[in-house]
Parts: sequence; structure tokens; C-alpha cells
Amino acid sequence: MVLSVIALISALGVVLSKNPVTSVLCLIVTFFTIAGHYIMMNAQFLAVVHIIVYAGAIMVLFLYVLMLMNLNAELEPQKRNWLKYAGAISGGALLVVLVAALRDASMPALSTQPTEVGLIKNLGQILFKQYVLPFEVSSILFLSAMVGAVVIGKKD
Amino acid sequence: MPVQYYIFLSIALFCIGVMGVLMRRNAIIIFMCIELMLNAVNLLMVSFSKMWADAGRVDAGSAQLFVFFIMVVAAAEVAVGLAIITMVYRNTHSVDINILNRLKN
Repeated sequence: MVLSVIALISALGVVLSKNPVTSVLCLIVTFFTIAGHYIMMNAQFLAVVHIIVYAGAIMVLFLYVLMLMNLNAELEPQKRNWLKYAGAISGGALLVVLVAALRDASMPALSTQPTEVGLIKNLGQILFKQYVLPFEVSSILFLSAMVGAVVIGKKD
Repeated sequence: MPVQYYIFLSIALFCIGVMGVLMRRNAIIIFMCIELMLNAVNLLMVSFSKMWADAGRVDAGSAQLFVFFIMVVAAAEVAVGLAIITMVYRNTHSVDINILNRLKN
């Protein structure tokens, strides 16, 4: 419960803060709370991977690009205010519609006893038996993304 | 703890991400909001995996592997996207997305 409140507040901080670096830090807090939820749901492997990949790699990349561009002090031009209100209203409308649609759905309660599914032993068995081909394809995807990033970022 | 709780949390996070994409004009913050939306979906999928495991299904780990693949794709996407943003910044000295309404010049 506390984790969810922190997650929502920091997610709002991502959207509402003026300084992009504050947004990045709020997003890191959100990711840690989501990792806490993963641990509470017995997905230990995913929690660790989430922290390593997101907080460790992706957010560092974002911070690096932000610092490189030196956008800390730059103000966003605030010309069209009604566009902001339109965005907020449409996002809120989506929230209302989804919550209203799912409010009456009957779902079982999650049990508190631990399950073995999220351990790396079981996930590794599934990954390397059932999902070998997607795993290899994702490695090719990674390689092509790396080459693509270098090619795009090259000074021409 | 009912699954609905996680569903509503994911919906709230997703809608905050949508709001951010619609409201902000800084391309990097729009990227971060997309990451937020991806993570809302991941959280939902992990909670459904837990529900599936409680029901005694043996293949509940598949959902967690899907989350793993989503993380992989998100990492690749961020690498390419930030490279593109860096190039845009180098050419226009701004990351305002309104500049991008014409891709030429």
C-alpha cells in the first residue's frame, strides 16, 4: 500500500516536474517501488533484472543524455496552455473509463504464501526449453539496436 | 490482497504515462513516460502471473518471461531513441517535439 502511494506520487512527479533531472530521479523512485511490488509477488528474478536494467542502465543513459545536452535550466516553451489541459483531461478520461470498466470484475485474491515460479531456476528452465528461439531473436535485436544507435549517432 | 488492486495501480500508472506523453513537449520526458507505461503493463502481467500460479497452473512462468522480453525490447528501444534524440538536438539545438513536425530541414 505504501509502495503504491509512493509509486503514484513519484510517477506524477515525472510528469509534473519542471526540471528534467528531477523527472529522471522520480522515475527511478517509481522503478524501485515497482521492483518492490515484484518482490512482494514472488518474482525475485524479475525484480533484480528490473533494478539492473532500468535503474542501472536505462536511467543512467537518460541522465547521461540530459547532462550532455545541458537541459537543466532550459525552460519548456509554455505557449499553448489549453493543450496541457486537453492532455490531462483525456488521460483522466482514459483512467475513468478503464476503472469503471474493471470495477465490477470479480477476481480471486492473491495468496500470501510464496510460489516457486519466479525463481531463476524455474524461469531458466522455461526460457531455455520453451522460448529458445525468441531468446536468440532478442539477442539479434539487441545487436542490431546497438549497431543502429552507433550508426545514427555517428557524426556525418 | 485482490488482483484488482494491482489492476487499478497499473491503470493509474499507465494513465499518468499517457498524460505525460500528451502534456509534455520535451522529447526525453515523453520517452520516460513511455517507459512508465511499459512498466505499468509489466506490473499487471506479473500480478496475473502470480494469480495464475496461485491457481496451480504450471506455466505461470511464461508471463514473467514475457515481462523479461518486454524489458529487453525496451532497452533496445531506448538505445536507438536516445541516439535519435541526440541527433535531433545536434541539428536543431532543441528537444522540443514541435520542431519535429517537419522532418525535412
